[in-house]
Amino acid sequence: MPGVTQVQTTLNGEVINFLCEPRQSLLEVLRDVLGMTGTKEGCNDGNCGACTIILDGRIVDSCLVLGVEAEGRDITTIEGMASPEGLHPLQQSFLENAALQCGICTPGFLLASKSLLDQEPEADEGRIRHWLAGNLCRCTGYDKIVRAVLQVSKAK
Amino acid sequence: MEPFDFISPSSIEEAVKTLASSGDQARILAGGTDMLVQMRAGRRTAPLVVDIKGIPELNVMSYDASKGLTLGAAVPCYRIYQDATVATAYPGLIDSAFLIGGIQIQGRASIGGNICNAAPSGDAIPAVIALGGVCNVTGPNGTREILCEDFCTAPGRNALENGEILVSISIPAPQPNAGANYLRFIPRNEMDIAVAGVGSAVQLDASGQNFVSARIALASVAPTPVFAKEAGDSLAGKAVSEEAVQQASELAMAAAKPISDMRGTIRQRTHLIGVLTRRTLNNAIERARGG
Ligand SMILES: Cc1cc2nc3c(=O)[nH]c(=O)nc-3n(C[C@H](O)[C@H](O)[C@H](O)COP(=O)(O)OP(=O)(O)OC[C@H]3O[C@@H](n4cnc5c(N)ncnc54)[C@H](O)[C@@H]3O)c2cc1C
Ligand code: FES
Ligand code: FES
Repeated sequence: MPGVTQVQTTLNGEVINFLCEPRQSLLEVLRDVLGMTGTKEGCNDGNCGACTIILDGRIVDSCLVLGVEAEGRDITTIEGMASPEGLHPLQQSFLENAALQCGICTPGFLLASKSLLDQEPEADEGRIRHWLAGNLCRCTGYDKIVRAVLQVSKAK
Repeated sequence: MEPFDFISPSSIEEAVKTLASSGDQARILAGGTDMLVQMRAGRRTAPLVVDIKGIPELNVMSYDASKGLTLGAAVPCYRIYQDATVATAYPGLIDSAFLIGGIQIQGRASIGGNICNAAPSGDAIPAVIALGGVCNVTGPNGTREILCEDFCTAPGRNALENGEILVSISIPAPQPNAGANYLRFIPRNEMDIAVAGVGSAVQLDASGQNFVSARIALASVAPTPVFAKEAGDSLAGKAVSEEAVQQASELAMAAAKPISDMRGTIRQRTHLIGVLTRRTLNNAIERARGG
């Protein structure tokens, strides 16, 4: 019977250790083992992006990563997005633009948008829509989300 | 998911040894974007998962203007299209790497995984076949090369024998006056499975007015990706013209043996192969002419 494995990883800037079974996804580990429930489960098969995290600088769906694969990696979740000084500009903009209703998709959209603007601070609307195609929202109709990201982008 | 053991070998020898001694008890994990979905749905089970991403040769991406591209089987899509040299040399490959899933999926999904998964709809497979890609395989009996068009043998099945892994894909160096393109049809703009797809590559003569050779491959119109050899060969030696492109597209339609399912009918898919063959050929010609 496969046992548990100890994994060391950097989560939101802090080196941590956790125990998990190989069959557990990183999403399960975050939520059920580490109690970090900001990362959401939607489809559990890579289609909705609710479970988006930043892994070594790239967004990935944490439902399609194994917990054991986190060994030695660097992870950012929604819990790592705001700073002690306050909300991240994207979080503030999502609030101002009413870019969320039920909110289950929001952590994924925020991390995906952050990773886009970190790499391409001047992303325009077309680029934003393309980049966010892996995130689904059943409430807002997307326009308010795109507007919120555009407000933070330096695109003119 | 059902419980399994997990190992992450750091060399090809170690991986091959483990796989050879485990038989069908072991499954290879690359980006996991097919594999973990299938395991969770219970369509695949494996007591042992072998993560091959820790093997250096599978992460190589080396390009040489005379030797061509060696693409490690586990290199994720984003690394391919973010590499300016590779993107300039192989726009036809980038077309497909940029289409697979969304940005999250591209952060993990590999071309090697796409080919090994052997889905008829795998977007990278026709692109790699059109470019003349070769699969470099290592197993208990040493290494061998398999032409990409011979790699997929049935839906979800490939030519690998027990203990073998796909190490890398070699793509010949781009020649002057050559161009390629991959396009698929889906009902929405992103994140869907191809109803039909076509990859085309052309080699023109120095004047840019005549075909020297061409290769065309099709997605989602047979149990495996299809190498439409006659369609490509029909262009060799001909002047570039609308008629020649039309003729090749008709041969591609004849090579397509689609089924009707929830994504499309036989008639629609066959029609799409005609349209996409003409479009990809014309785009490939434009790229060959430096457009
Ligand atoms: C939301 C979503 C959208 C998608 N969209 C697309 C799309 O638009 N187009 C498309 O073509 N695909 C799509 N896919 C499918 C998938 O992302 C691709 O097929 C991807 O390229 C698979 O690569 P991987 O590295 O994730 O492979 P994995 O899932 O790790 O592996 C796939 C299979 O190949 C085997 N394998 C992997 N590497 C090797 C190796 N080196 N040697 C031997 N066997 C190996 C595995 O055992 C497994 O059976 C999508 C998937 C999801 C979840
Ligand atoms: S829960 Fe991971 S993509 Fe939907
Ligand atoms: S706010 Fe409800 S799914 Fe997006």
